[in-house]
Amino acid sequence: MKFVDEFREAGVIAKASAEIRRLAGPHRHYRFMEVCGGHTHAIYRFGLKDVLPPNIELIHGPGCPVCVLPMGRIDDGLSIAQDSGVTFAAFGDMMRVPGTRGSPLEHKARGMDVRIVYSPLDALKIAQKNPEKHVLFFAIGFETTAPSTALTLIRARSLGVRNFSVFCNHVTIIPAIRAILDSPGMRIDAFIGPGHVSTVIGCRPYEWVAKNERKPIVVAGFEPLDILQAIIMLLRQLNSGDARVENQYARVVPWEGNRAALKAMAEVFELRPFFEWRGMGFISQSALKIKSSYAEWDAEQRFHVPGVRVTDPKAAQCGEVLKGALKPLQCKLFGKECTPEHPIGALMVSSEGSCAAYYNYEHRKSDLTTAGVPV
Amino acid sequence: MSTAAPRIRFRDAQIEMAHGAGGKASRRLVEGLFAPLLFGERREPLGDAAHVTLNGSKLAITTDSFVVKPLCFPGGSIGELAVNGTVNDLAVSGAQAESLVVTFVLEAGLPTEVLEAEVRAMAHAAKEAGVSIVGGDTKVVEHGKADRMYITTAGIGRPIPGLALSAQSVRPGDKVLLSGPIGDHGITILLARGELDLEAEICSDTRSVLPLIEAMAAAAAPGVRWMRDPTRGGLATSLNELARDCGLCVALIEERVPVRDAVRGACELLGLDPLHIANEGQFVAIVAPEFAEPALSAVRALPEGSECALIGEIREQPPGTVLGTRGYGGTRVIDMLVGDPLPRIC
Repeated sequence: MKFVDEFREAGVIAKASAEIRRLAGPHRHYRFMEVCGGHTHAIYRFGLKDVLPPNIELIHGPGCPVCVLPMGRIDDGLSIAQDSGVTFAAFGDMMRVPGTRGSPLEHKARGMDVRIVYSPLDALKIAQKNPEKHVLFFAIGFETTAPSTALTLIRARSLGVRNFSVFCNHVTIIPAIRAILDSPGMRIDAFIGPGHVSTVIGCRPYEWVAKNERKPIVVAGFEPLDILQAIIMLLRQLNSGDARVENQYARVVPWEGNRAALKAMAEVFELRPFFEWRGMGFISQSALKIKSSYAEWDAEQRFHVPGVRVTDPKAAQCGEVLKGALKPLQCKLFGKECTPEHPIGALMVSSEGSCAAYYNYEHRKSDLTTAGVPV
Repeated sequence: MSTAAPRIRFRDAQIEMAHGAGGKASRRLVEGLFAPLLFGERREPLGDAAHVTLNGSKLAITTDSFVVKPLCFPGGSIGELAVNGTVNDLAVSGAQAESLVVTFVLEAGLPTEVLEAEVRAMAHAAKEAGVSIVGGDTKVVEHGKADRMYITTAGIGRPIPGLALSAQSVRPGDKVLLSGPIGDHGITILLARGELDLEAEICSDTRSVLPLIEAMAAAAAPGVRWMRDPTRGGLATSLNELARDCGLCVALIEERVPVRDAVRGACELLGLDPLHIANEGQFVAIVAPEFAEPALSAVRALPEGSECALIGEIREQPPGTVLGTRGYGGTRVIDMLVGDPLPRIC
């Protein structure tokens, strides 16, 4: 398959792995944070730690939109659907995320009209086909998915679809990176920058990380070779004392981003003064709300929102794991009370959450002695 | 003397879709509620069919229900599935289907022509598979209380000569044989529902696997240790059940697992793993190393088995685990399906 197989080819990956070993100083320990949950998932799915030297440590960042969503927001969204009898539409990612009284799927099993959609435009279509129903789209995601929500709202207004609204939970990546860098005791040498987010925002917004914080950042794709190449680029920068933004994923990410997408977002959204992130607390100007010109399609303005705040179970150390301070395995609940089947923290729900990725792909490998090729 | 009360371990408060998806939740329901109350102490590891002895004759018996939506999809329909599904459950249990009985649950208002088409599809599939449908039952429920039609089939079969299958007979060094590409059925159904606005040239793989298994048995029966048809929950779930039942490791070479480009593409887009996607016309077998090549050649010699492949082997470590290995040295654990495969977006 084009754009896939060539990035998973064994010979090239072996070369990249050898180059990483050559570049990584033997007496130095490198801590690289991959900001995006998609990278975390890919690192485990492709077993990339097996081809990296032990002194390169990958730290999983906060870029999993499901993981950073506080439970109260899920409760709020579900309670609107429950109280007002509306259809609850969301991405598949959201369906197993637990609220206080169960996940969207559990609400569906109890009779709520819950729909899985692939795009917010599909939710709008459901509203158009069922004019007697109100369809609420539970929007999540960073700048990756925010433009499609914006376009959907623009279309809803231009078509005059009144039985549709959006419960907006979109967040922005830059304040999260800032919060990571500001958190005490955080030692990160460089960043693997998020690929999908950057298709929208481009590479320029990361320049302050390089300039002010003196941390190299390489925006990377999601195939094994993409991630290894990004690590090579980071090592080269560190070895030569550089701190720049580089774009490894140039086949998809334009340096300036996607102007049309940014324009749609500017038309529909404005920054919230602050927003709660699960495990990280309130971060100022880190999330998007729907502008008053689109108030009619804003579920928060249209319906009564209880504004539930739920604290995470004390024993769960999601925040520490989310900031990269703890490894999933170091959390007291990991694999015991908290598993992908019965998640307590959101990092265990989304397959991009570092706990689920670690649980699914890695933790039983520990007693593995050799990783040779069978047959 | 009193007998100990059966131990119910199933604690979920309500039944969810995941309990029917064939993965971990299904297994929890069957092992935690059905098995202790219905099977008592006398149970063998749960397979695709049960083995009973009647008047000295060994028979395999199984049942399966079909609730697929839509009823018709590229490559097949519910009637065909209902026959092939039960024929295949018997075949991978080492038995050739003899007779089936069928139950229809019909929703009032179902057009007769829809029913007739499915009955014709069943007759056709039964003829192809060489099995007789010998009886049945019909129930009709009120409009809105069922989704058009559900079909349940139950079947009995005679043992295929020379096959003795059990997870306990699996040994380190045995090879994993897969009859053909995975994921065709599940992705076809997902796309046929029309909810995703995705299109692909792809058909369900629904078919009887009996001819392939008979060919393999003729060439390599003494070396065939275990078989399964990886339906709901996909290949990953079947192999995890094996790993657990035999206490060994199933190590796959991921590049060798045949997956069509259309299925791979859809899975990449939707964030799904082809190893978790349902199949309706494939089987996976564990074969002793000295019989692996003869088994492979025998299946490949049939036109419908040309994509058969050896995709991995059994190892001792880590026990109870399915591993995915890649040519470049990366490995991952491949777990059972948790819940239903849901498209992942962000």
